[in-house]
Amino acid sequence: MIDPPQTDLPERGRILMCAPEFYDVRYEINPWMSIKRPANRRNALAQWEFLYQSLLEGGAQIELVEPVDGVPDLVFTANAGLVIGNKAVQSNFRYPERQPEEPVFRAWFERAGYEVVTIPDRLAFEGEGDAFVVGNTVIAGYRFRSDIRTHQFLGEIAGMEAVSVELTDPRFYHLDTCFCPLNGGMAFYFPGAFDDYGIRAMQSVIALMLPIPEEEALRFACNAVVLDHDVYLQKDCPMTQELLSEHGFTTHEVDLTEFLKAGGSAKCLTLFLERPRSYWADEGQASL
Amino acid sequence: MPVETEVVELHGHIIDSLTLPKVLDQILKSDGSFEIEEMRIGNRREDTSYARIRVEAADQAVLTSILSTIKVQGAEMLHEKDAELAAVEQDGVFPEGFYVTTNLQTFVRLGGRWAPVQRPRMDCGIIVADDGTARTARFGHLKRGDNVVVGDAGVKVQPLDRPVAGRGVFEFMSSAVSAEKPKGALIAGIARAMKATREEGKKIVLVGGPAIVHTGGARHIVALIEKGYIDLLFAGNALAAHDIEAALVGTSLGVNIEEGTPSNEGHENHIRAINAVRRCGGIRQAVEQGLLTSGIMHACIKHDVDFVLAGSIRDDGPLPDVITDVIVAQETMAQKVADAGLALMIATGLHSIAVGNMLPAETRTVVVDIEASLVTKVADRGTHQAVGLVSDVEPFLNELLAYFRD
Repeated sequence: MIDPPQTDLPERGRILMCAPEFYDVRYEINPWMSIKRPANRRNALAQWEFLYQSLLEGGAQIELVEPVDGVPDLVFTANAGLVIGNKAVQSNFRYPERQPEEPVFRAWFERAGYEVVTIPDRLAFEGEGDAFVVGNTVIAGYRFRSDIRTHQFLGEIAGMEAVSVELTDPRFYHLDTCFCPLNGGMAFYFPGAFDDYGIRAMQSVIALMLPIPEEEALRFACNAVVLDHDVYLQKDCPMTQELLSEHGFTTHEVDLTEFLKAGGSAKCLTLFLERPRSYWADEGQASL
Repeated sequence: MPVETEVVELHGHIIDSLTLPKVLDQILKSDGSFEIEEMRIGNRREDTSYARIRVEAADQAVLTSILSTIKVQGAEMLHEKDAELAAVEQDGVFPEGFYVTTNLQTFVRLGGRWAPVQRPRMDCGIIVADDGTARTARFGHLKRGDNVVVGDAGVKVQPLDRPVAGRGVFEFMSSAVSAEKPKGALIAGIARAMKATREEGKKIVLVGGPAIVHTGGARHIVALIEKGYIDLLFAGNALAAHDIEAALVGTSLGVNIEEGTPSNEGHENHIRAINAVRRCGGIRQAVEQGLLTSGIMHACIKHDVDFVLAGSIRDDGPLPDVITDVIVAQETMAQKVADAGLALMIATGLHSIAVGNMLPAETRTVVVDIEASLVTKVADRGTHQAVGLVSDVEPFLNELLAYFRD
């Protein structure tokens, strides 16, 4: 497994974001998107700014990618790639609509000093949207946006086991739309987005899997940013908030309805460059 | 019964991700079946595992549906790639790394589709024509610019390990050779196979050595020809020469066939016989001119049984009908034997091995010889389908003929 960086580790993690200056719904590549429901640019900027400020106040360091005109989904930095130590595994977007993001993110990673790793054979892989490093395991989703054959490669890069889970509901097209790992060997998730094999496989890695109801999963409750025991999640998900509170987490509502129009919320708007220190200190995995 | 198969591979953390059980469940739920051909499980947690799975289904549609389902789970077809082709640069010379065939039915993947290779034959290359058909080819067939399959990718062979329709008559036999086996049952099986071949409308080819004549078995062959159970005769100069010697003077290599006694100056007999046929111009002419009135070669002419006599370095004469260019002889035999359903190889080593090399593996092949080692040798040279019988020739033919008496 990889060792957590020992020096200069930000207490609350380091995150990559991109301001929604050019964000809009210009194409339809998931069931949420409709070009008949374009984004309100002003609202989107305000909502994103609120998330940005909340995470800064929460103690995270935030890096920014310069927005690019004509690349509207660049705001969803979670799909830039998967950062493992000093390596950035570059995404291969499944849809041509998002492929223009690849060189932008690649340039950013290179400038920031990461070793950019390319997945062989251009197999589809959409970064942290479909893969989480949880303790000494990579949990990765496949079917709609990422190809299962990329998971073995991720495992090799990380020197870890890669557990693959199939996504079964196209509304939850990325793993981060229906699954959110928490500190302390826990996670919350929407069971309806997986099959039994996937749930059993995740349960073998994560001690406590907290299910949330469909209505809140559809409001992207799982698409949350976790900083230690603070969880930043979409507004109007009271049952999820209660569940998280019961398990010792503090919830922070963020309203990201403009981004829900494109099928994304808080997690989609962030990429962890470095996880909060507690993420490593507090493993508590089922299998360890 | 499953008839369509494809081999897939799964790599990765397929145990802890439950990918392997899921794929196997999906195969069963889709009316398929499977056999795990190879399995390697990682020792440490971060090690990956590997499974090679043979997927079977009743028909191609079911198989295709299963394969598309399990492909999502990362199951990759072993032969997913198209075959690689390389152009012949020099007449009669294969490109480097060319695929060498077996005698099994072979398929080549071209443009995503499996094309059967025509004329399965061992030790050949595969030429792919412009119209997308594939056929076996030997050195002499190669012309500059021909496209030849190179490498193993996109080539699969159909193993013979499951029963093929119509082979039932042969199932009782295995190619293990033993002089102790009950010959009666074997010979009855050979007779049934000959009748079945006849009913299928396929040719029966006799590959014979001169011992047929020496042992007095020629009359039984004549009887089989007269009953229509021999369509094609492959032999050397010797079988024909001694058969004609016997027909003309009653000896085979100078030995009287009826009495078994050497005749005076008998060693000259076959030379004189060859000379007589040469004077006529050939075997057919010898029959037409009334010189040759009995024996195997006479029966062939009379009953329109095609024959190829292939020459060798120790031939006397030879007879005018003998093809002395081995490449031409090989080519002629390969063409004529293409639609054979059964090859009966009796008392000849080199000719049996040569013809065995030309036959696809599904052609019923029987080898009869007094030497057990010959049958083994034919199988060892790649004709694994050959079934053997250790027997002297004349008694074998005598008993075989009994099954064809009305």
